[in-house]
Amino acid sequence: MVVVRFSKHLTRHFNIPDTVEAVGENVSELISDLERQYPGVAAYIVHENGALRQHVNVFIGDRLIADRQHLTDSIDSENEVSIMQALSGG
Amino acid sequence: MASEKLSGRQIAIGTRKGLLTYQESDGEWNMLNESHLGARVSYAMRDTRSGFLFALLEHGHWGPKLQRSDNDGKTWEEIPAPQYPDGAELKDGKPAVLRYQWCLAQGAAEHPGRLYMGTEPGGLFVSQDDGSSFELVESLWNHESRKEFWVGGGLDEPGIHSVLIDPRDPQRIAVGVSVAGVFLSTDGGQSWQPRNAGLKADFLPNPDVEIGHDPHLVVQSAGQPDVLWQQNHCGIFRSTDSGESWTRVSEPGPATEDDAAAFGTAHFGFAIVVDPHDGDTAWVVPALSDEVRVAIDRQLCICRTTDGGQTWQAFREGLPQAGCYDFAFRHSLDLLGDRLVFGTACGSLYFSDDRGETWRVLANHLPPIYSVRFT
Repeated sequence: MVVVRFSKHLTRHFNIPDTVEAVGENVSELISDLERQYPGVAAYIVHENGALRQHVNVFIGDRLIADRQHLTDSIDSENEVSIMQALSGG
Repeated sequence: MASEKLSGRQIAIGTRKGLLTYQESDGEWNMLNESHLGARVSYAMRDTRSGFLFALLEHGHWGPKLQRSDNDGKTWEEIPAPQYPDGAELKDGKPAVLRYQWCLAQGAAEHPGRLYMGTEPGGLFVSQDDGSSFELVESLWNHESRKEFWVGGGLDEPGIHSVLIDPRDPQRIAVGVSVAGVFLSTDGGQSWQPRNAGLKADFLPNPDVEIGHDPHLVVQSAGQPDVLWQQNHCGIFRSTDSGESWTRVSEPGPATEDDAAAFGTAHFGFAIVVDPHDGDTAWVVPALSDEVRVAIDRQLCICRTTDGGQTWQAFREGLPQAGCYDFAFRHSLDLLGDRLVFGTACGSLYFSDDRGETWRVLANHLPPIYSVRFT
């Protein structure tokens, strides 16, 4: 299981705990599992075509993911994943 | 909820920082609700058939979201925003995803539950179930002109900000696209024809192009549906034949302080309304020019014509007449009976109950206002 943390900026708009657990070997799979557990949350993170929204950042540990289009960055179960707003979004 | 008629005593205001609703009681207007605080509300309206209030949100980070209320905004339910289908492309090789929800229009009385939403990047969506789900209107999306000739206006990509359902015949649907122009369907949205003859695109090498115009807002006189008006980037235009031909009816000069020209006060702007019972009568909120979007001479006014745009009269009583840098965005002016209300980019809200001749301030210091609708 991967620990996923959400910023308060998201949890004030979408009803989800600030820390949850999910499964996935990469970011795309992780978001699919989050959507299974919390229907509707994926639309806050990714566009309808699966690409990361422009002003959303996903970190694996302290590292920003590289593949914002297909979300193929791999995740180890000991990683923590943080999903946060980018400051570029205003 | 039962079908209802707008009373003119409630107003929904979509702002940069949330949805505000105002209510009139004994002649006094007060704030009724504050919803979605912090979120940009691009548009809000009531469906008079179902009674639902809708709020179109744009979270800066989390994307466009759609909210619906069945109790006048006391509580809200998030419903899925429209989605561009798999493989939809803005241009060849450039995927299309929902960027902005520009407007929502209710369908005809005989189509309960039907709604149309105009979006950026150029998709028109239709719902048959009060907004619970939407489908892209593929016929317009696949129009031969779109990939080559539709471009951004205001926002980065093309946007559909006006959807007009002909009260006589719901098979007749007109849309306004920035930047492309007006398109009309006479078969319920199966096919679309450009209706831009007579418009002027002064920002293009050829101002008379068939497609490439920038209507800021297109409106229809409900009682005379062949009469369309638009506040265009290049002036005010009117059609009396469902957009078959357009005539520029901007107020003639003398030139303003800007060098844009030989036009008078009523020329550049975004918002426009037309009287549903009199297609010759319309109102606009003028700004100085494309390049300088502030009140002309820093004095805010509303202009009204009652003769189809041959002459215009400016009304200023109750509006700031010095030091005003304000103007109104496209969906921020509404009319119901003799009542008008408009909101401004600088967050002021003005109300008139005498067809725009005198005004009073309902609020100052609100966030920038994107949408004002009687509800």
